[in-house]
Amino acid sequence: MEASGSGGTTTGTSPAETAPEAEARWTATIGRKIRVVVAKPGLDGHDRGAKIIARALRDAGMEVIYTGLHQTPEQIAETAIQEDADAIGISILSGAHMTLVPKIVELLQAQGVDDVLLTVGGTIPTRDIDQLKSMGVDEVFTPGTGTDEIVEFIRNGVEGRSRSI
Amino acid sequence: MEPASTSAGSEAAGSAESGTADRVDEESARNDAAAAEPPTAEKNFTTMSGKPIKARYGPDDLKGNPAEEIGEPGQYPFTRGPYESMYRGRNWTMRQFAGFGTVEETNERFHYLLEHGQTGLSTAFDMPTLMGYDSDHARSLGEVGREGVAVDTLDDMEILFGGIPLDRVSTSMTINAPAAMLLAFYVLVGERQGVPPEKLAGTIQTDILKEYIAQKEWCFPVEPAMRLVTDMVEYCTDNMPRWHPISISGYHIREAGATASQELAFTLKNGFTYVERAIDRGIDVDAFAPRLSFFFNAHIDFFEEIAKYRAARRIWARELKETYGAKKPESMRLRFHTHTAGVSLTAQQPLNNIVRTAIEALAGVLGGTQSLHTNSFDEALALPTEEAVRVALRTQQIIKEETGVTNTIDPLGGSYFVESLTDELEADAYDYFRRIDELGGMVEAVRQNFPQREIGDAAFTFQRELDEKERLIVGVNSHRHEEEEVPLLHIDPALEDKQIERLRKTREERSQADVDRALAELKKVAGAGGNLMYPIIGAARHRTTEGEMVSALQDVFGTYTETPVF
Repeated sequence: MEASGSGGTTTGTSPAETAPEAEARWTATIGRKIRVVVAKPGLDGHDRGAKIIARALRDAGMEVIYTGLHQTPEQIAETAIQEDADAIGISILSGAHMTLVPKIVELLQAQGVDDVLLTVGGTIPTRDIDQLKSMGVDEVFTPGTGTDEIVEFIRNGVEGRSRSI
Repeated sequence: MEPASTSAGSEAAGSAESGTADRVDEESARNDAAAAEPPTAEKNFTTMSGKPIKARYGPDDLKGNPAEEIGEPGQYPFTRGPYESMYRGRNWTMRQFAGFGTVEETNERFHYLLEHGQTGLSTAFDMPTLMGYDSDHARSLGEVGREGVAVDTLDDMEILFGGIPLDRVSTSMTINAPAAMLLAFYVLVGERQGVPPEKLAGTIQTDILKEYIAQKEWCFPVEPAMRLVTDMVEYCTDNMPRWHPISISGYHIREAGATASQELAFTLKNGFTYVERAIDRGIDVDAFAPRLSFFFNAHIDFFEEIAKYRAARRIWARELKETYGAKKPESMRLRFHTHTAGVSLTAQQPLNNIVRTAIEALAGVLGGTQSLHTNSFDEALALPTEEAVRVALRTQQIIKEETGVTNTIDPLGGSYFVESLTDELEADAYDYFRRIDELGGMVEAVRQNFPQREIGDAAFTFQRELDEKERLIVGVNSHRHEEEEVPLLHIDPALEDKQIERLRKTREERSQADVDRALAELKKVAGAGGNLMYPIIGAARHRTTEGEMVSALQDVFGTYTETPVF
């Protein structure tokens, strides 16, 4: 994850599958599209990134539920559970990530949700990234990350989990 | 940009051939391959906003009667600048946006900046303050003092401006939905310092339309929010002749992903909407229009930005005169603050941001800005350290004191390219005005998510171009290398407790009966009509908190929930 800034191109892994191909394969595996909740906790209104990611995931064949702005951790956990999300993408640029993200993790765990892929995106200082990951966040994407990288991480992560079940 | 990358490319290719391939990373090798190919007809020579650019411009590219369209500095239509003497007469105000932690830390930063030659103040409030929540509200947890300074009551405001003579230093405050409450605090701090409202100089942002469009910090539904804006315009027209009650802001619209044309169009259209509301209120356009000011982004596409500022001045002048019947030149004269583009800063190789900021700041200066904020190089990572802020301020001082660009007024005026680009941006803006009018005006367009959708589309297009390397950002999708760490500012989480404790003390010391009476009066005026500034000042005087006032108004007005589009 130290490489989050220098990630970007993903040559080297499997040749790019087109979105319809990936969608078809996934749908055949579990019977529906990958479902992602894109969530904006905190009071900041910086939704440029969240909306771009939501759109990129949708274009990649996923079903995207965008919570809208200013959500409490309770609202986000509730949405993820109700929507039976495969992944949650939290976007936060308010500086409150060390308060709000652990709260979301805690609420999900309390409800017995342990199979959701959890990613965080935003202006997250390096020293907070390790801590977030040790709490159960699967990946932290910092500014400059390409959308392809995020799409691929979510697809691989969700598929990996479904295989291990 | 192209010639530069070509020459850098051939150099790198040369060293690769001489056996030092390990020093050439994969990225630049790829760039070299691209540079070696001759430019094809489809190669994009476009501005950052996607506007096609020709290889050369000449006299045929100037529209109409150039002398009339361009005019003279300080004269209608003000294309060349709002003042006759521009920076020869008075330099732009160096105004660094600052605010973090509690009022004590920010007050200290204010003094630091003034000691280093800054000439005006600009206050960044934290997210709870921007949303109208007190620091002890459940929603404020973890957010107090994180992205700006926490201000709950008049007591906080007094410490924030402690030791700063408000009759001599002009202050800008970035606050919108609860702007009226913060203006009330400021007026009362002035009063405690013995400075009457008519002597206070500065700006409060108050631009609520761009909040619904882009910045997304709101307290009330659109209509009552517009009423509050008009109340402030009316109050300031009557009481604060040196104050700018609205800073009509394109900055956040651009940061949310808008193109230069969209920034220009939506900002000006918001401005016209405020003008219409004030005229409808019965205020003479020439009484308030001279006190409206603007706030634009300075992004990295140098000439497009300069053209944007010039187009903005010309459009504003024409519309104020011809559509809104202004008679005074001061009403037609658009003055603006510039803030270099936060979104152009990269978390990768942060020192490169100093260069970006310098170029953007220069665009603001060549575009004729009245005040300028330069970003600090570490701001893609955190709030800036003192050292980073000093470099940012020095950047402005270097432009002013060393480069000589202020020697002559509007040095780019008459450039075939710049004038042509100015005309094009102007035409784009009028196209948007028409589309917005067809939807029923800006308030209705906002309700229908029109500007929000346009901006979202532009942001997505830009990201796709980055992903596909049609556009390059050094350190992000080009010229990458291992990262160096820079020291970052860390906000002590204990500051939140300190602020909550101060708030608790204020609540304990004040007369709750006075507060209750003041809040009842505020609600009464909210329901019955009348200018809300007066009961807000009344309540603030009794140390009513910002959150209590906002909450009282929400009881009458309701709240706002966005229907997001992506």
